[in-house]
Amino acid sequence: MSPPTRVVGRPYEKVDAAAKVTGQTRFADDLVLPRMLHCKLLRSRRTHAILRRVDVSRAAALPGVLAIATGRDLPIPFGILPVSQDEHALCLDRVRFVGDPISAVAALDEETANEALALIEVDYEDLPTIASIEQAVETPFPRIHDYGDRDNFHKLVSMEFGDVEEGFARAEKIYDDLFFYEGNTHLPLEQHAALADLGPDGKLTLWSSTQTPHYVHRALAKVLEMPAARIRVIATPNGGGFGGKSDPFNHEIVVAHLSRVTGRPVKICLTREEVFYCHRGRHPILMRARTGVRRDGSITAMHFQTVLDGGAYGSYGVASTYYSGALQTVTYPVPVYRFDGARVFTNKPPCGPKRGHGTPQPRFALEAQLDKIAVDLGFDPAAMRLSHLQPPSSITANFLRIGSMGLGACIEKVVAASGWKERRGRLPRGRGLGIACSSYICGAGLPIYWNAMPQSGVQLKLDRSGGVTVFCGSTDIGQGSDSVLAYVVAEVLGIDPFDIRVVTADTDLTPVDLGSYSSRVTLMTGNAALQAAERAREMLVAAAGEKLEIPGSRVALAEGRVFDVEDPDKGLSFVDAVIAAESKFGTIGTVGSYTPPPSAGRYRGAGVGPSPAYSYSAAVVEVDVDPATGIYTVPKIWIAHDVGKCINPVLVIGQVEGSVYMGLGEAMMEEMAYRDDVNGNVMHKAPSMLEYKSPTTLEMPEVVTLLVEDPDPNGPFGAKEVGQGPLLPIPPAVANAVFDAVGVRIDEIPVTPEKIARALKARAAGQPARVGPASFPTIPYPDAVRIPTPAEGGDGRARDLAATGAGGVRKADR
Amino acid sequence: MAPSNDFLRSKSSISLHVNGEPVEVSFASYKTLLEVLREDLQLTGTKHGCELGECGACAVLVDGRPVLSCLVLGLACQGRAVETVEGMASASGLHPLQKTFAELGAAQCGYCTPGFLLTAQALLDANPSPTFRQIQEALAGNICRCTGYIKIYEAVELAAARLRGEDASPRRETLYGTDFDDSGLLPVLDAGNGSRATSGSETAAVLRGQPDRKTENEKPDGREPR
Amino acid sequence: MLRLPRFRYFVPRTISEATAMKADSGSGSVFVAGGTDLYPNMKRRQQTPAAVISIGGLPELRAVDFSGDGVAIGAGAILSDLENDSRIREAYPGLAHAIAEISTPLLRNMGTIGGNLLLDTRCNYYDQNFEWRQAIDFCMKKDGQICWVAPGSPRCLAVQSADSVPVLIALKARVLLVSAADRREIPLEDLYRNDGIDYATRKPEELLTAVWIPRPDGWRAAYRKLRRRGSFDFPVLSVGAAVRREGPRVEEARIVLGGVASAPLRLTDAEERLKGRPLDEDSIRDAADAAARPSRPMDNTDFSFLWRKEMTKKYVASALRALTGAEGGRG
Repeated sequence: MSPPTRVVGRPYEKVDAAAKVTGQTRFADDLVLPRMLHCKLLRSRRTHAILRRVDVSRAAALPGVLAIATGRDLPIPFGILPVSQDEHALCLDRVRFVGDPISAVAALDEETANEALALIEVDYEDLPTIASIEQAVETPFPRIHDYGDRDNFHKLVSMEFGDVEEGFARAEKIYDDLFFYEGNTHLPLEQHAALADLGPDGKLTLWSSTQTPHYVHRALAKVLEMPAARIRVIATPNGGGFGGKSDPFNHEIVVAHLSRVTGRPVKICLTREEVFYCHRGRHPILMRARTGVRRDGSITAMHFQTVLDGGAYGSYGVASTYYSGALQTVTYPVPVYRFDGARVFTNKPPCGPKRGHGTPQPRFALEAQLDKIAVDLGFDPAAMRLSHLQPPSSITANFLRIGSMGLGACIEKVVAASGWKERRGRLPRGRGLGIACSSYICGAGLPIYWNAMPQSGVQLKLDRSGGVTVFCGSTDIGQGSDSVLAYVVAEVLGIDPFDIRVVTADTDLTPVDLGSYSSRVTLMTGNAALQAAERAREMLVAAAGEKLEIPGSRVALAEGRVFDVEDPDKGLSFVDAVIAAESKFGTIGTVGSYTPPPSAGRYRGAGVGPSPAYSYSAAVVEVDVDPATGIYTVPKIWIAHDVGKCINPVLVIGQVEGSVYMGLGEAMMEEMAYRDDVNGNVMHKAPSMLEYKSPTTLEMPEVVTLLVEDPDPNGPFGAKEVGQGPLLPIPPAVANAVFDAVGVRIDEIPVTPEKIARALKARAAGQPARVGPASFPTIPYPDAVRIPTPAEGGDGRARDLAATGAGGVRKADR
Repeated sequence: MAPSNDFLRSKSSISLHVNGEPVEVSFASYKTLLEVLREDLQLTGTKHGCELGECGACAVLVDGRPVLSCLVLGLACQGRAVETVEGMASASGLHPLQKTFAELGAAQCGYCTPGFLLTAQALLDANPSPTFRQIQEALAGNICRCTGYIKIYEAVELAAARLRGEDASPRRETLYGTDFDDSGLLPVLDAGNGSRATSGSETAAVLRGQPDRKTENEKPDGREPR
Repeated sequence: MLRLPRFRYFVPRTISEATAMKADSGSGSVFVAGGTDLYPNMKRRQQTPAAVISIGGLPELRAVDFSGDGVAIGAGAILSDLENDSRIREAYPGLAHAIAEISTPLLRNMGTIGGNLLLDTRCNYYDQNFEWRQAIDFCMKKDGQICWVAPGSPRCLAVQSADSVPVLIALKARVLLVSAADRREIPLEDLYRNDGIDYATRKPEELLTAVWIPRPDGWRAAYRKLRRRGSFDFPVLSVGAAVRREGPRVEEARIVLGGVASAPLRLTDAEERLKGRPLDEDSIRDAADAAARPSRPMDNTDFSFLWRKEMTKKYVASALRALTGAEGGRG
């Protein structure tokens, strides 16, 4: 049993809370430098076209314009994944969606820059456009990109873990269902902004509202052809990210370039409409789930197929494709499993990672299908899930190593708190309860580009003032990662977290951390900080022990003192202990780093899914449906989350509530909707805060949060993630609750009143009481890579190494 | 006839009070109050999320009323009193709303926070004891993408209680969740008394078994499950 | 940052000064009060007036006068003031409710009743930034040729979206229009024209100065609004209904739809079905049935237009039920 903690587990304020509530936090657009220029981007007005001519001469002549860039100035491609370097800072010869940037102006003020944009002449030669998954499948030519697995398929994969045919043969019933999850976007309140300044020393600094300064750093070096050592990227506090600021973006490269050209600082802040064009949000996914079960509700085999609408560029899409098939196995045992995944290119803003990256869609399908199975087999859906839980410390058919697994406790808690047993089925007409569960990774096992270096690094500086500074490349996007660093170090050194200075997200000053994505930060930076702090603690213990003339084993650090556990009055102040250590060892600096344990899977594609730990959630949603209209409200949600260990419970609850909010928005109303019937263009229907329906205070239900602590050996103090996982059960729980309330299945997210009304009408007409996709297109999935499961004695490798199929994954493709 | 302002690129000057201080400022005459505050007065605490009145991030108080500064013409503020987030704290410390927003994690990314704070301040100025529904309705023009609003409501309720002079602390559920497991997984120093630490000295006090904050509100409001 | 285009700004001190300025500055000028409709439109370059005449500060436009045979509300009265005005809540609870449904509390602290009455018609092809509209080659309401909602349509199909209008028409409100040379009072319903571009019969030089509502005298009104969220969103279908009863029977009824055409739509058939009958489930069903046919929403707002049409019946019935006292407190 570990000793009691003094900071960890306690609801401290965040270290940056005071700055945030006084308006002193400096977001990217709050930054102003002397002689600063303002940048605006000219974006494509056509959906898919060859750029015949881009003439900037009239714009360049406008007084107040200092520089203009076009694609030719920055011809080197970039992209977040090494396998899809398919973006240009400004389109070279082709535009692929309405909003693709073509040219950039730097001017004395924003108004002049806007005037200049209007003077740029662009000749387009239109190409056929693709607006949907179905169109992409049916349109092999012209290709939106000249790379990808074939036609307009960006990615095609197929993997079979174990003998799936045999698994289905053992099934007593097989369920085959189609689902669709519409795309939606992050909608951070802060519009992306960046400020670049190339100093007279030839060094470039970029401040940007990015979640991944390290990847921006790499992209800048590549496209600008500058040594990375001369580029400094500082991630400003993000005014919301949710995955939407995880890619290197055109505008970041463009302002850096324009600063280099003009020798002056250049700033850009995107408009809300442009933020919709940056997107990288939730992929629309069409899914087919075929699941074999025995009469006791246990799964014998699963075959899951997905097609992702990727939009116009790669982004994280290869990873998203794998993620749409990766985590089906970590909640309930799936002994044999086949996954076929595809991602198509379409002429829309690119999709990418949004909170839950690639997994809320299949989770919706899986949990909605389980609800159907439970009803069909006559089980209570909660009880059925409870009796088939993936065991802790186990390995799944697709070689994911499960550590702590608190899903059972989560289900029990939401069932008890919601009165599930007493209330379900006994509520007045129109009222219903639905349950769903989920799991999420705590950081990806592998980095985005192949390397053997740590994924997270922390440096600690202590000096004779008693001051402690933590340096880490991690980026605080509101989740409280800066605070977590302070709490962990304060815990180990026995000091007040508010006495610690935290320096983060600055590639010049801080060791590399890969960024705020994949729910990796608490686990990875937490472990790195723990290691650095323990190393510093050892030095303090040694020096203080010497001074106090006691063995190190008797030295304790707490309350800002370093003292003898056997005689607490005998001791030094923390400052004196640091002075003793600095006297003994010289300047004090320690480091810590974290690299996740190696994946168990060795097959191609095994890079997506493995994680040091998995969080678990269960949610019960109550709905109130008006059967006359289909209009419904959500009065209350109960959610339990296994976070391993709360580093700070009030921040954990905040993440749970925020995830519930975002999941509910997706479930009920948020969608990236397009029109493809206007002027030959595929247009975002309404790229505005007003028409993209983010729930207000009046839609947000009461949320009862129940925390489960099932510490994971890989987490710092046992901690697992909480920023993304609690979103996942909400959409399926809403759909399941609607079924409980009015007996119709909405196999499509969002669950809108119109769809409920349509399903009720269908039922009244004697048709299936369902709204959802009617068919699944024929996808040229490759032959499956066959990987024997651990139960079959598999070692994680594919059986036939030659059988990689069309979607074979190259080494860096992780 | 009141003189029109010279237009196009010429600047206009107005005098007004910002956060209680008299200010004269000149700016391009088409600018909104949002732009004047951020660009001409360097008060960047006021945020912008859409500039069309669709998000509430830019809310400030004009003559005590919360309004959208992105839709108020700067020129229309001649002689008005404008309050921004920078003016909420005083020499005696943070405004109770600022304190509770910090305590409860009601500011996650913090971008919508200034707009919420000022809208909530106007509510509490007008109604010291708002009901839960009144808080929801008053804040229905501010979008937050991080919190799901729940910590914001709780912060407003707690600040309201303190502004009424009550010795209020956060509820236990706010800090630790509902039905926290008592099987040794509770925060060790917190078993039973619900006290919390917001500073090291408080931690130390708790360590010594002398919490310097009283226990949480024993009376949960009607929204609580029990 | 979206910014306003450049414009001249005038601040008159009286109504007559305002109308004189308007006469002097010609067709390129517009009045502004709260700015919550005009300024977003200007930022999106849907409107680019050369001059803006600010009437928001005119005290004579702010008055709420109950002294006559009804109430005269100055066009410049702030929405949140009206919503919280106990006399209005008492005499016209349906109106107070409709006003409280407008946009958000922050916006209602700025917007005026006159501004709401003259709210620009709305459409998904029109309420977009300049760049978006440029990509569709604009539309006939601004800078373009055709109506994308129905490319064969000879007229613009943008939608009447002001929350206060259906209830006010149901309550037989009248408006006062003043110009430098003239003043006239017209029934509110005559202020509107079923044309998304030329949606108001107000002459360019006229200033809407007040709305007058007759004394309730047995009239009760209710408002129902369909929208995605409980805040921010414009109505994509709305119902203002008012009845006057003598004893149990409906003497007179007025039902007005918003959000389904370029002008508010009187449902005279539905009104007829209530006349002389008690307001009960039977008569309400008949009226609601009659409401569905004339409701012809188009695909240019949130939600599908087919469902909006279907909802017409339910919303009319719900509004009428509110008047029986059987539903909700907010009549």
